[in-house]
Amino acid sequence: MPKIRFIGIDSQTVEVDVAEGASVMMAARDAGIRGIEAECGGALSCGTCHVYVVQPYQAMLPQASAEENDMLECVAAEREVGSRLSCQISMTADLDGLTVKIPDTQT
Amino acid sequence: MKPVDPIVIVGAGHAGVQLAASLRQMGSDRAIALINDEPCLPYNRPPLSKEFLKSDVDAKSICLRSEAFFRDNRIDLIAARVEQMDRTTCCITLSSGESMTYGNLVFATGARRRTLELPEGGHPNVCYLRSVADSERLRQYLKVSRDIVVVGAGFIGLEFAATAAAQGLRVRIVELGKRFMGRAVSSPVSAYFEAQHASLGSEIHFGRSVTSIVLDGGRLVGVTLDDGNRLSADLVVVGVGVVPNIELAASVDLPTENGIVVDETLTTIDPNVSAIGDCAIFASRRYGVPIRIEAVSNSVDQAKFLAGRLMGGSGAYDAVPWFWSNQGQSKLQIAGLARDVDQVVVRGAVGDGTFSAFCYASGKLMAVESVSRPGDHVIARRLLAAGTVVRPDQAADVGFDLKACLA
Repeated sequence: MPKIRFIGIDSQTVEVDVAEGASVMMAARDAGIRGIEAECGGALSCGTCHVYVVQPYQAMLPQASAEENDMLECVAAEREVGSRLSCQISMTADLDGLTVKIPDTQT
Repeated sequence: MKPVDPIVIVGAGHAGVQLAASLRQMGSDRAIALINDEPCLPYNRPPLSKEFLKSDVDAKSICLRSEAFFRDNRIDLIAARVEQMDRTTCCITLSSGESMTYGNLVFATGARRRTLELPEGGHPNVCYLRSVADSERLRQYLKVSRDIVVVGAGFIGLEFAATAAAQGLRVRIVELGKRFMGRAVSSPVSAYFEAQHASLGSEIHFGRSVTSIVLDGGRLVGVTLDDGNRLSADLVVVGVGVVPNIELAASVDLPTENGIVVDETLTTIDPNVSAIGDCAIFASRRYGVPIRIEAVSNSVDQAKFLAGRLMGGSGAYDAVPWFWSNQGQSKLQIAGLARDVDQVVVRGAVGDGTFSAFCYASGKLMAVESVSRPGDHVIARRLLAAGTVVRPDQAADVGFDLKACLA
């Protein structure tokens, strides 16, 4: 199973195994990663599963949809180049090692 | 209050699970019991009328938290119903026969579907959509049905109707009111969704109710409307609202109306007993009246507020409610409550299916309903929370930068 590394608010890194096809948000939730609220459960409605994707993985992800982009414009923490909504990132074998940083706030 | 005694949360929906999770996140080391009266892990409800219905995945895929999460966080998830409660001894009795005492008890009992009170209303082909069991059952029926009558043009009925119509099934929608989601949204948004459903091929009957279920040799073959017309159907799906689960609270003489009555700190008249989520009618500072809100966002926000209060925090619950509904390709997001609205201003193009309706009452912005304009929605939530003034002429001008108002 591919792995994701979450860099938490406390700067600790947690590595979790994720089934292919599962979203990064689901993986975070299952692992009890703090700071990913995902209030809408992945419906692309709340903007509270914001993460910063760390290089070199930014360019390996499919581009954000117009809808995700719109939401990212308005997330609570600063939007940066690597900003994505984790519910929209689906895990694949190619993404093994994907590293994301959790923002300080989601609301 | 005896803080050493457990926090007992009655109900393991969005509100109950969030409360338990938030208490741990905030560092509470008290024992937490989460009483779950459904036979599966607590789950995410919104997909039940959308993606879950279309798929074949099992309930595990929509669980709110994994089994390990509850175990690792020492949240005692108990599969039972609460049969009895005694407020003088702070004790509850479960359906398992076990009793336990509480330091604090929180009602997160949610709401149950309102049923269609008709002869044969209990026929197996008359379906509802509230629980994971409802949705699992309905998706089996969807595989063999061709001709569906949806009763009620609220969020649930319409989400289901869009799913069924997209699968090529014949859909007729019967609604007592004169427009879609009449209790929840402004006229331009109702009209937009009416057109969307019509373009999906659904037939709409406004101002009508179902007066009987028509059977032929035990098989459901249709419904009769109050104008005498008959619609053929092999499946009837009912979405006519919910009823809050207040019975346990009422049984111990806690005030109830259309919900368990709580103050602006979400506490009942008993300082050790609170209520959150769909079951609670709370004194709203924002709206100046008691309100009960049926929404995931409200459940989650109230849970977080109450967790803070149980950890010694103060203040009043005053979050801006918000809602969403996906119907076909259209996505509706609502910020605020459209109470006493006397002016609606549209931002964007209704024709393109990307617009927001700004709803005003006596010049004050009350709610913003966005169709496929998620950016407007997220900003609107913050504008409403901050009480920022956005004039109707500014709202209508797409060149006007709403985000700049927040600075």
